[in-house]
Parts: sequence; C-alpha cells; structure tokens
Amino acid sequence: MAGNASRGVGPVGVLALQGDFREHARVLSSFGADVITVRRPSELALVSGLVIPGGESSVIDKLSRMFGLAEPLKAAIAAGLPVYGTCAGLIMLADTVRDAIAGQQSFGGLDIVVRRNAFGNQRESFEVDLDVPELGDPAVHAVFIRAPVVEEVGERASILAALDDGRVIAVEQGNLLGTSFHPEMTDDYRFHRRFYNRVLATAFHS
Amino acid sequence: MTDSSTSSSVGSNRVKRGLAEMLKGGVIMDVVNADQARIAEDAGAVAVMALERVPADIRSQGGVARMSDPDLIEGIQKAVSIPVMAKARIGHFVEAQILQALDVDYIDESEVLSPADYVNHIDKWNYTVPFVCGATNLGEALRRINEGAAMIRSKGEAGTGDVSEATKHIRKILGEIRALSAMAPDELYVAAKELQAPYDVVAEIAQTGKLPVVLFTAGGVATPADAAMMMQLGADGVFVGSGVFKSGDPAARAAAIVKATTFYDDPKVIAEASRGLGEAMVGINVSDLPAPHRLSERGW
Repeated sequence: MAGNASRGVGPVGVLALQGDFREHARVLSSFGADVITVRRPSELALVSGLVIPGGESSVIDKLSRMFGLAEPLKAAIAAGLPVYGTCAGLIMLADTVRDAIAGQQSFGGLDIVVRRNAFGNQRESFEVDLDVPELGDPAVHAVFIRAPVVEEVGERASILAALDDGRVIAVEQGNLLGTSFHPEMTDDYRFHRRFYNRVLATAFHS
Repeated sequence: MTDSSTSSSVGSNRVKRGLAEMLKGGVIMDVVNADQARIAEDAGAVAVMALERVPADIRSQGGVARMSDPDLIEGIQKAVSIPVMAKARIGHFVEAQILQALDVDYIDESEVLSPADYVNHIDKWNYTVPFVCGATNLGEALRRINEGAAMIRSKGEAGTGDVSEATKHIRKILGEIRALSAMAPDELYVAAKELQAPYDVVAEIAQTGKLPVVLFTAGGVATPADAAMMMQLGADGVFVGSGVFKSGDPAARAAAIVKATTFYDDPKVIAEASRGLGEAMVGINVSDLPAPHRLSERGW
C-alpha cells in the first residue's frame, strides 16, 4: 500500500526489541534513509526493509513472539522483504539454530544452519580483516562478539565470506543478508549499503 | 597495525565495549544458583550476574562479602547460554584473575562486595575479559573508564528495593554530561580538573554528548515501572539484583521487567506487565540506612 501512495521507498526499519539497534539506525540514516524503530506489528507494516541488530537472540525471539511480531515478520520475509541480520540477527534469520536455549525459535528464511556462541565465551571475541570478494577492496574489518557461525549452507543460500579456517560468517539468499559480525561497530558500511540497495531495488520494482 | 588477513585480535577495546553494546535494552539479573539462572534466561534476561548472596542478603547477614565459589560460577555457566558475569571485590585483582581464568563474560568490580583495597581499583587494562564498574557521578565513571572499564552502571543502593539512589545517580551522570556539552572549549580544562578525570575523555564527551561506553543503571530496581523509569531517564539497560529473586513470583516478575524495559515508553504495556506479579521485595528505605551501611559510598 505504501508503494501506491508514493513511488518512493517506505521507511527502513530496525528491529528495536533489544540490542544495538541505534547504531544500525545511525548507519542507515547516513545514507539518507527514513529510519524507524520496529517493536510492533503496526510499525513492521510500514517498512520497505528491516535490519535485525546484534543482541541476545533468545531475548529477541521471546519478545517478538510475545508482542505478535514473529508471525507477520515471517510472512514478510516469505513475501520478499529485504532483511539484514547481524550476529543475533543472523541467528534469527537462520532456518535452523544449534545450541539454542530450550524452546528458542527463529524467524527463518536463510537456508542455513547456525550455531550460537560458536567461538566460545567473551574471551574469544575478536576482530579480524576479512576478504569479501563481492565487496572488493579493501578488506572488511570484522568485529565478532560471542558470534555465531554458519555450519551448513543449503542450496538456496550462498556464501559471501569465510574465515581463513573455512568457517562461514556471511551469507546471502535473495533479499536476505546475514553476517556473524558487526559492521555497525566500524566505519565500513558496505554491507549496509548492499542491503539498502536491495531495499531501493525491491521498492521500485513493486 | 597489520595488513595480514590472518591476524586477529582478542581483548581489544572495541571487542570489550562491544559486548556491552549488545546487551543494551536488556535486563541483567543477579542469580545465586543454576536454577535461578535458568529462570532468568527463560524470562528473557540478556545476561546473568553470578554471586553467592544477593545484595539484600549481604545486607541482612552482614560479614565480608567476596567473590563466589568457582563451582557455583561454573554451575551457572553450564546452566545457561547467555553471557555470565561475576563480581570481584574492588581492588582485588586476584579475584579478577580467577574470574578471567573461569572464562566469565564480564567482571563486575563491585561495591556490593567488601572492598579489598581502599585506595586503588583494579588495573582493568591487564585483562582480556571486560569489566563493568559502578559510579555515582561522571567523574567516578570516567576514572573507572580510564582504568579500563568497558561498561558503567550507575550504583544506586543495592539490596534495598528503593530506587531513589539509582534515580539520583543516573540523573547525576547524565546531567553532568549535558553540562559538559554546553561548555566552551576553554572551560573543559577546569571541568576535567573538577571531575578528577583525564582531559581527553572529558573533551570527547563534551563533543559526543555521551559516555564512550555503555551505561546501565542498578541498585534498587524492583518493579517494571522502576526499570522503565531508568530507561526513560536515559539508561542503556538495567541490572536487577535482589528485586527478582526476593519477590513473591520471580519468573513472572523477571519477565515483566524485561517487557517494561523494551517498551519503556509505552505506559499501556508497562501497566499490563505490572499486573498480578505478587509481592515485590520488602525493601528498605535508603534514608533509614545509617551511612556506614550504604554500599554506594564504596569506591571513589
């Protein structure tokens, strides 16, 4: 409906149940996007794209179900809403989550299996320069905080980046993008730009 | 600096401060055993703080309060997958070494325990594990950050269920930041002197209008309304100590405080969350506490 009202793009949402959503909003605003925080189904209905931030996936899952956001978001993902998830957001986009807490669910959409806290506790959190062929030079400086890893990549998903040891930490599938790390904590916004370009392309085609 | 794609670093400032960034908008709950930790995780806690006695019990039982038994901490680590924090005494760098060896996710150098050093705090730069420290005002927060703290919590008065000190401290810290933002550049030198804090970080805050680390609030939060008020005052998140497990229905109260923290600006949600929680912790008025029993006066 927003598409009929104007040929422009609706606002871009950042899921704001918990986590570093303000940092994502700041990045998207720097592109000139109209950014809104999303905690309710009525807010989700307005957006042309959504970022799921870093945070605690078990908490984001619980609150999204409690406040009726999970089902409409799953439907929106199925209908092609562009979504970018970082860290906990990647977990929420995975079809299958390992080492979840009892009863934990995800929104799904990405044909992958993700393991929570795959590197261990905070002492193992790290930063590293990553080669991401799709983004070209320079390398992406990636910050991993108690980060998840993509352990299996299904046929529909493709790998955007892996660590030197082969562990997959960035994936893409249609309008869905997920990274184990946090570009919003650095000054390199190429992943956000890639997501935002998808938002623009999708909005103008619909 | 290195340009090798194979080099990676752990324990950097960004990584240490980063975990606190991910806890924002969340509730960190004190737990004394694995069962409580599971209840907290189920209720939507973003992390748990492992300790031997909650502040209300430390207060009523008295005696020296120390770091928890490693068995207890490990039991809690095994029970949950959310981050586990644990407390060391102010200045007790060996307790901190032990907590790092136990692989806790955050160390709280805490005034709730009995101080081990009345002069020096722990040199927190020496650790890979990040630290959170309490503060009652901006100068204290900046001194802790200068010592390497990667997260600050306003102190409040732990174990009372009286939120008035938490209110006072978060207002004080944020008010002093606002005052810095309004100053002329040449006034910042004296401001740094008065805050007893390094000029560089004072100048940075004057420019950005915020602390360089995440700021939670703590000490006396007992109801969903308390938590939402702290968020409306500008806290990034909330610690709840005795308020959950000293209440009539811990699981329900914990979940309600989580909801109120996320929807802190929506009175309808907070009202809904506040219904039927049973008894809140009994509580002590801070004004009835003789000065030597005020934990927030520990640390400087």
